[in-house]
Amino acid sequence: MFIVNCPYCGDRDQTEFSCHGEAHIPRPTETAKLTDDEWGEYVFFRSNPKGYHRERWLHVHGCRRWFNALRHTVTDEFVATYKIEDPRPPIPEGGQS
Amino acid sequence: MKAYSLFSLARNAMSYHRNWQRVWRSPDPKKHYDVVIIGGGGHGLATAYYLATQCGITNVAVIEKGWLGGGNTGRNTTIVRSNYLLDESAGMYESAMKLWEGLSQELNYNVMFSQRGLLHLAHSVHDMQEIGRRGNAIHLNGIDSEFLTPEQVKEMLPIINLNCRYPVMGGLLQKRGGTARHDAVAWGYARGADAAGVDIIQNCEVTGVRVENNAVVGVDTSRGFIGAGKVGSVAAGHSSVIAEMAGFKLPLECYPLQALVSEPIKPIIDCVVMSNGIHVYVSQSDKGELVVGSGSDAYNSYSQRGSFDLIEHTVGPLCELFPIFSRLRMLRQWAGIVDVTVDRSPILSKTPVKNLYFNCGWGTGGFKATPGSGHAFAHSIAAGEMNEIAAPFSIDRFNSGALIDEGAAAAVAH
Repeated sequence: MFIVNCPYCGDRDQTEFSCHGEAHIPRPTETAKLTDDEWGEYVFFRSNPKGYHRERWLHVHGCRRWFNALRHTVTDEFVATYKIEDPRPPIPEGGQS
Repeated sequence: MKAYSLFSLARNAMSYHRNWQRVWRSPDPKKHYDVVIIGGGGHGLATAYYLATQCGITNVAVIEKGWLGGGNTGRNTTIVRSNYLLDESAGMYESAMKLWEGLSQELNYNVMFSQRGLLHLAHSVHDMQEIGRRGNAIHLNGIDSEFLTPEQVKEMLPIINLNCRYPVMGGLLQKRGGTARHDAVAWGYARGADAAGVDIIQNCEVTGVRVENNAVVGVDTSRGFIGAGKVGSVAAGHSSVIAEMAGFKLPLECYPLQALVSEPIKPIIDCVVMSNGIHVYVSQSDKGELVVGSGSDAYNSYSQRGSFDLIEHTVGPLCELFPIFSRLRMLRQWAGIVDVTVDRSPILSKTPVKNLYFNCGWGTGGFKATPGSGHAFAHSIAAGEMNEIAAPFSIDRFNSGALIDEGAAAAVAH
């Protein structure tokens, strides 16, 4: 089980949180002009890396605020959690993705 | 390949079982194959078997980075059923069911397919409406299923606690459903494919997919480059990794899906029991262990571990439904990495790269489809076009919007 560091509340048990997949996927601005392929890409296609993954978490049974995390998907180790408006923390040296 | 029979068993017993033939060869990879299958799990081996035995393509290699059936094939809860809501799913899973029914005979290998019945419980008005809708859809597709009252459920399962926290209000029974021995499925297909001329290359990891002029020409592996006319990726949890090597993304995310087995006990439960409402499923293996599973962990991971709270969510409803199990000890727990699509239906498809085909996205429920998936994928690779059963599962559906929304439609746990 993880301990997740909520940027607002500090270390809490993983069961208080829910994970919502890949982060930093901006919603397209001119949606009326999008093709089906572009819509599909935005809604469904994901990088799903085996390695470092930037993802969205929600402290659903806590402060109910959204934040981002940088986590390794093989070790499940959190490198960092950060607020939505914060700059992205770097991927540790030697890492990919 | 020497066929297994009562006589071969007797003959080998005479020599203390020391002279059994090797079940498959371990060849060195050739420089070039007509078809290379990435992934030596059930689906990949079934694909190779049907390519060699039904499609006339015997110059085939199956490349597996570990050992055969060591991924999700050896990690699932061995349940086989075809009681799906949507026509496309019914086509796929029922074609698999029909192949299951003759598989041991066809492969001359006992896959221990046991049609002991699969009972799906309903615990709420919504559940009742769902099994009503799905049961009738199943009937329209010509597949067997029966509605049971709580009394009939109790008659089948005397140990069940009908008046649990979410009382059992009814059930949907597929008598042709059941279980199969998961390892034997991989081994049986491997033996059959090997006998038909397929090279099975274990401990050989694909490290790159070589593409020239937007067409695949082979794969780089830990044992060197292997040329291929066509490549079929059947890599389950690692499909996104293979896709990245070929330069595109898939509509998949990977999660750990856990299962656990108890200590072995005397026969006590003679069917598969599934409950989506309180979310647990259980069957008893031929060794006597209870095989238990439930939902997947809800975060992206390739870790094959899963989290502890999910185990509690699994054994809680199990003990509520069957109080007699409350003092059983669980012996083993593990997780497989399931590649899940947003509509909870698989992908059998051509890709942006010519001659590169993907069979993936089976998510939490691929084992039951093993023969059907391999059969459809083999015929599709051979023809160069997806066949009638595979066609609806094209990757294009995520752009066209023609999703096969089995998960949302039926609240189906696989």
